[in-house]
Amino acid sequence: MIVAEQKPLAEMKTLINGAENVLVVGCGTCVTVCFAGGTREADIVSTSLRMATKLDGSPQQVTHSTVQRQCEWEYLDIIEEQVKAADIVLSLGCGIGVQAIAEHFPDAWVVPGLNTSFLGLPTEHGVWEERCAACGECLLAVTGGICPVARCSKSLLNGPCGGSENGHCEIDPDVACAWQLIVDRMSSKGKLDALLEIQPPKNWQNSRDGGPRKIVRQDLRLVEFED
Amino acid sequence: MENGQSSASNGYHAGSTLERMLRAGHFAVTGEIGPPQSADASEIRHKAALLKGCCDAVNITDNQTAIVRMSSIGAGTLVVQEGLEPVIQMTCRDRNRLAIQADLLGASALGMNNLLCLSGDHQRFGNHPTAKNVFDIDSLQLVKMVSDMRDKKIFQCGEDIKGSEPRYFVGAASAPFADPIDFRPYRLAKKVAAGADFIQTQLVYDVPAFAKFMDKVRELGLHKKTYILAGVGPLKSPGMARYMKKNVPGILVPDELIDRMTAAGAAWADKKPADMTKEEKSARMAAWKAEGIQICIELIKELRAIEGVAGVHVMAIEWESAVKPIVEGAGLFPRPQV
Repeated sequence: MIVAEQKPLAEMKTLINGAENVLVVGCGTCVTVCFAGGTREADIVSTSLRMATKLDGSPQQVTHSTVQRQCEWEYLDIIEEQVKAADIVLSLGCGIGVQAIAEHFPDAWVVPGLNTSFLGLPTEHGVWEERCAACGECLLAVTGGICPVARCSKSLLNGPCGGSENGHCEIDPDVACAWQLIVDRMSSKGKLDALLEIQPPKNWQNSRDGGPRKIVRQDLRLVEFED
Repeated sequence: MENGQSSASNGYHAGSTLERMLRAGHFAVTGEIGPPQSADASEIRHKAALLKGCCDAVNITDNQTAIVRMSSIGAGTLVVQEGLEPVIQMTCRDRNRLAIQADLLGASALGMNNLLCLSGDHQRFGNHPTAKNVFDIDSLQLVKMVSDMRDKKIFQCGEDIKGSEPRYFVGAASAPFADPIDFRPYRLAKKVAAGADFIQTQLVYDVPAFAKFMDKVRELGLHKKTYILAGVGPLKSPGMARYMKKNVPGILVPDELIDRMTAAGAAWADKKPADMTKEEKSARMAAWKAEGIQICIELIKELRAIEGVAGVHVMAIEWESAVKPIVEGAGLFPRPQV
């Protein structure tokens, strides 16, 4: 899932500064699951902003609504009237949700209430960890299902570097050394030999480095083809 | 040498002093210079003068510990002017494959012909922790890329190098005691397979542990395919020894050495630092340093006796004056002429 964190309330206040009517829009998918921008959080954020701006002596109207999925235009239609009535929309979606609202409602002014952090999963209650860098060319088959691009601090394809100690990365004792995990897993599967192959330089063209990415599936498109 | 063309025909990879020294079977000595955090050329010249004559070549670090310093190639140019041979260090942290290849063409044109390929310390440790890192390629891919530029006359993309190819004596690092420790000889094997002509190791203080690593290295036959230079460095104080043991991944410092360093300062042991005069402090520092140099000399002698160790890499950053007494004490001075 996409894992995100709320911006500090003070920053949100700055972002909505000057607006009479503010609409906080939550999202029912990833950010609900990571407790950053679901219905509950949208309610708390709008209440907090109402109270905070009132205490500051310049109260702002803050309402909230949550859509099932902020990252698809069709799910945004139901908030059209609320968006029109708002001076500022504070999105509690990920960066995709913020942009989907801006694209779908060109007249609206949308600001982000979250910092979109990474693609990951919860490893225990209240803890999320990064797992995928969306590099566009999956290498998990050669590294035993553990991604060095996302999980090694240096994205080494032929690790480990000299900074691995007792299973953790030298940058932080709380960060696991991805290459220790890879070596352990490949050993346990009797596939350590596979790690002796030199992985060539990666093709980063399919990653963000190749420019903004786009996938076109002609088989799924609804356009009519010319003869 | 103008560039590598001549060495291609004489059987050398690069024809550097370091390569010729090792090929001739001499026990090699390399040193290390950390460039200044300024544009001060005199600092490099001063350090080069301290190392000249006692090292066959000197590594010039590349933004070591992710702190901005004079570039390795810039400082290397000054070192060449001082009549000393540099080993350019190149990390993958700050440059992508385009920048690395471009810089290596330039360094080769300037007469540099030894290269140490490194991943690079993470920028988290340095003075620009908010920087974006690169890591387009890793150190192993760098070794392969530079070897291919030399041996196949191709750029990483596969295009031919038209004209003179850069010819480097290509080195890589090894951290024998870092985790996962059992994998370390295999990672070294990968670096050798990628084309590493020589290896410089992380600092060795625990000779029996290193000997065990070398057993595996010999079992894999790696000592016949590459030249292994064991990393050594003089301890400055018992505090430094304890700090390295506790905080630096991949460095083992036996308690016996920490005890020896402590014993060297025994005459001042019952005094608190606050009660010591400046003279007492410098006398204690001198006693520690003398013991540190003595330990380093003994380490070199012990490492030299291990089959497959082709030389030593003496790391005495910000204590370059220690190198000459160490090299002399280890019976490695004067350096052979090749």
